[in-house]
Amino acid sequence: MNQGIDLQGSFVQALIDLGIPAGSAKALWLPLPMVLMLIAATVSIFVVVWLERKISAAAQQRIGPEYAGPLGTLQAVADGMKLVFKEDIIPAKSDPLLFTLGPVIVVIPVLLSFLIVPFGQNLVITDIGVGIFLWIALSSIAPIGLLMAGYSSNNKYSLLGGLRAAAQSISYEIPMALAVLAVVMMSNSLSTIDIVQQQSGHGVIGWNIIRQPVGFLIFWIAALAECERLPFDLPEAEEELVAGYQTEYTGMKFGLFYVGSYVNLVLSALLVAILYLGGWDFPIPIEMLANWLGVSETTPWLQIIMASLGVMMTLFKAYLLVFIAILMRWTVPRVRIDQLLDFGWKFLLPVSLVNLLLTAGLKLALPFAFGG
Amino acid sequence: MFVLSGYEYLLGFLLVCSLVPALALSASKLLRPSTRGPERRTTYESGMEPVGGAWIQFNIRYYMFALVFVIFDVETVFLYPWAVAFHRLGLLAFVEALIFIAILVIGLVYAWRKGALEWS
Repeated sequence: MNQGIDLQGSFVQALIDLGIPAGSAKALWLPLPMVLMLIAATVSIFVVVWLERKISAAAQQRIGPEYAGPLGTLQAVADGMKLVFKEDIIPAKSDPLLFTLGPVIVVIPVLLSFLIVPFGQNLVITDIGVGIFLWIALSSIAPIGLLMAGYSSNNKYSLLGGLRAAAQSISYEIPMALAVLAVVMMSNSLSTIDIVQQQSGHGVIGWNIIRQPVGFLIFWIAALAECERLPFDLPEAEEELVAGYQTEYTGMKFGLFYVGSYVNLVLSALLVAILYLGGWDFPIPIEMLANWLGVSETTPWLQIIMASLGVMMTLFKAYLLVFIAILMRWTVPRVRIDQLLDFGWKFLLPVSLVNLLLTAGLKLALPFAFGG
Repeated sequence: MFVLSGYEYLLGFLLVCSLVPALALSASKLLRPSTRGPERRTTYESGMEPVGGAWIQFNIRYYMFALVFVIFDVETVFLYPWAVAFHRLGLLAFVEALIFIAILVIGLVYAWRKGALEWS
């Protein structure tokens, strides 16, 4: 397996060559990938909001946003600006501290999860040992923020919405964690880099979706439920609960919920791409292609092209999943709360347990095919 | 500096991420209007005068789900090290996990039969 390009190493080395001590060179590198990742996450919100509105419009045979910028691409920016200028109303009967903390606690873990999202061999903020487990842990913080927001508003709709949101995310977290477990078992590691490594090299046949089709479906359904996307958008079901836990929120605090939910959608899509669709791996094995063209894999220009194409590949897979999520919004009817909980506890949980044990059994029986 | 290498990024990123809501809220504070009136701050209840508050004794039907969740969440935490080291542990670990999961499944069946997973 080739190592790919090492941006951190080259950057630090270049600074050391300029006469900067190694310690400060590393400290200078530290914030760069973080800021870049946050900017990418922010841009992805605008892209996804625009996609959501355009695809929704197409599904309903409307035109959708078209005046703000070419093809309405700046509509999301305009919406965001509007939210910044809106008055901040804190209901008189609410708890002001919890009311402000709620959206903050929802948005920080979602952004923080980008720490472990890799876009290439070395294109990740940090490859820590606990990897995907960190994301599982972070994703269970959001319900606390939702409950806080729902309870502190002192509004009946908010309270019901907050409770629903918490119940929904805890119900779907277990099937999701068990689906991830099966993937972890196949790659013998929690690191997201290792998980992609284990899938790469054989093209489409190597991807986990082939060996974990059930796990893929469980993870995708649970991810949609965690993001409160439409078949499972009960916490903010407009027809029943006005806007759920967001009812009393205005201006930027509402904006933070908005940011949180869209970044969460992108994050879930990226993680599905990484866990099940081979991350930055190509559908056709790149080694085979390189050999066929008669170039060595370690050629610098090929490495650069491969790294950039890898980022594109990850984003392409993720946006394909976002597209499916948006289409599902207009295809699948909303479930009832009892159906939602029944589906999570009485169907997904047993199925994911069976899937995990089946993976373990198959790993014992056929170690070569399941990451031995 | 850090015993666990790579985790300094976690701390750094936590700080950077915390800046996002802080900056967003303070930027909005500088820009937005602030007219305060008593009606403006009343609780929304579909345009009616709000009847009572929401901080009342309330039948939280999700309570049982939360209890079952705690059990299964701890179970998955126990299973993570098992899954990571499974390739080195072999058949015995598989049988052990089977027993572990079987006990929990019995618990799930019990909760199910007792109606803890019913929405009623």
